[in-house]
Amino acid sequence: MTIPAHRDLVLDVRGLRKTFHSRNGGPREALRGIGFSIERGSCLAVVGESGSGKTTAARIVAGLESATSGTVVVTDGRAGGKTRHGVQMVFQDPYGSLDPRQAVGAGLHELLKIHGMRRRADRRTRVSELLESVGLDDRHAGRYPASLSGGQRQRVAIARALALNPALLILDEAVSALDVSVQAQVLNLLADIRERTRISYLFVSHDLGVVRQVSDTCIVLRNGRLIESGPTADVLDAPRQGYTRALVDAVPRPGWRPRRRPA
Amino acid sequence: MAVTLGTAGELTRRRFASLGRPALIASTLVAGGLTLIAVIGPWIAPYDPDATDVLAAHQGPGARHLLGTDSLGRDILSRALAGARLSFAGPAVIMLISTILGTALAIFSAWHGGRVDRMVNRLLNVMFSVPGVLVAVLSSAVFGSGFWAPVLALGVVYLPYMARVVRSVAVRERHRGYVESLQLAGMSSWRICLRHLVPNVLPIVTAQGTYGFGSALADFAAVSFLGLGIQPPAAEWGVMVSEGRSELLDGALQQSLSAGTLIVVTVVAFNVLGAQLSSRSGGRR
Repeated sequence: MTIPAHRDLVLDVRGLRKTFHSRNGGPREALRGIGFSIERGSCLAVVGESGSGKTTAARIVAGLESATSGTVVVTDGRAGGKTRHGVQMVFQDPYGSLDPRQAVGAGLHELLKIHGMRRRADRRTRVSELLESVGLDDRHAGRYPASLSGGQRQRVAIARALALNPALLILDEAVSALDVSVQAQVLNLLADIRERTRISYLFVSHDLGVVRQVSDTCIVLRNGRLIESGPTADVLDAPRQGYTRALVDAVPRPGWRPRRRPA
Repeated sequence: MAVTLGTAGELTRRRFASLGRPALIASTLVAGGLTLIAVIGPWIAPYDPDATDVLAAHQGPGARHLLGTDSLGRDILSRALAGARLSFAGPAVIMLISTILGTALAIFSAWHGGRVDRMVNRLLNVMFSVPGVLVAVLSSAVFGSGFWAPVLALGVVYLPYMARVVRSVAVRERHRGYVESLQLAGMSSWRICLRHLVPNVLPIVTAQGTYGFGSALADFAAVSFLGLGIQPPAAEWGVMVSEGRSELLDGALQQSLSAGTLIVVTVVAFNVLGAQLSSRSGGRR
């Protein structure tokens, strides 16, 4: 397959390998040469069971982990250092993703300040904008994480990620820990943000129902190998690999009735 | 006496921690009251703590001298009150040194992890194996007795206790998502450590510092008791216990007993308060 020259890629990953060397036990290959790319403004889902390497791939793309070999090219129009500011990440655990001793507003101010927004008035305007863009408002600026719900915390985490205008936002199981209704709200919020800003998402999830809803393309990982990729609907509706089919079949379908268990 | 922080100390500590809210209130009041005395002691003392009056020597407790007088006729109550200041200044500086250095080492170790962390751990284990009072005595022998030699030595001796406790909390914090997202946001390691890790380990630092203060006070008094720390005629509790020894044979218990009681009460109050604080700093969030 030839790649048309006009494709505007925000992320291009090729031949990514990662071997972990634990102190006891031999080397463990988390990724065995995978490649994928994300077009600007689109959402790529990475699915697979736990241990398949999807979080490792996401962490390498973010720059939190280094690859054993392979290339990661992020085209965000900025010079890259050790970490890539054009790539931000929202983590799974809503309870660990915010500093418990820092108020929401103070945290956002700090981020904007270290990124060169010197004037306090400018920052204040931007903080309001950011909170509003994730469905919160200035009243939440003075709150500490302990007084926020899980959904609100993930919204704050998203606002913090958006503060740096990333070209790519990695969502590592970002809604998995939330209640289903809250999950839907946050997913809708992410969809709205994408429409407004042309941001791209790398969506790591094991929940195929959610993946179907949010992503344009998806890749399936198993044991560090990429076993299937393509438009999400194609992959999930007509899986070519037995493993993908097994993943799809594991999702409860409409019409599924819980059986009453004998008491 | 630093042994009180070892394995036997861990058991007492857990027992102190399980005492509950009344113990927290009581220990706060006692430790707070004694600290207040350490600050204003010399001003509320009824007599000049250093004024000798040979004619009034060896008096028992009475209306004029509530706790009696010592062999030089000095008022024991005044000396106990005034001596609180020196007795507290020693452990205060000891804990200041061990807290700052220990916390810095702990956060450095937790931040880098891996090989650095293992080496720091090994270093701490070596430091744990050194008996505290012995180091303080050696330090006084080498650098001369007085305030600073034992205080600096004990400051180093208490460092691993602080470092070990803080390190375990710092390692936990280091691997929470917020630290990694701050790194992703391009924040410098210095800033993350100082502005985010330090505030998050502060509760346990306070607790361990309070706990260690009590034990450090006992060690510092012990060194003075041995004649290697604060020197007579200065008023200090360890010195007072030592000076009172000669009077014990005459049945005059008041000097050794009053200073000794103050030491014990202070140590217990700070240890209980520290254990209470640390058991309360864990379960939040």
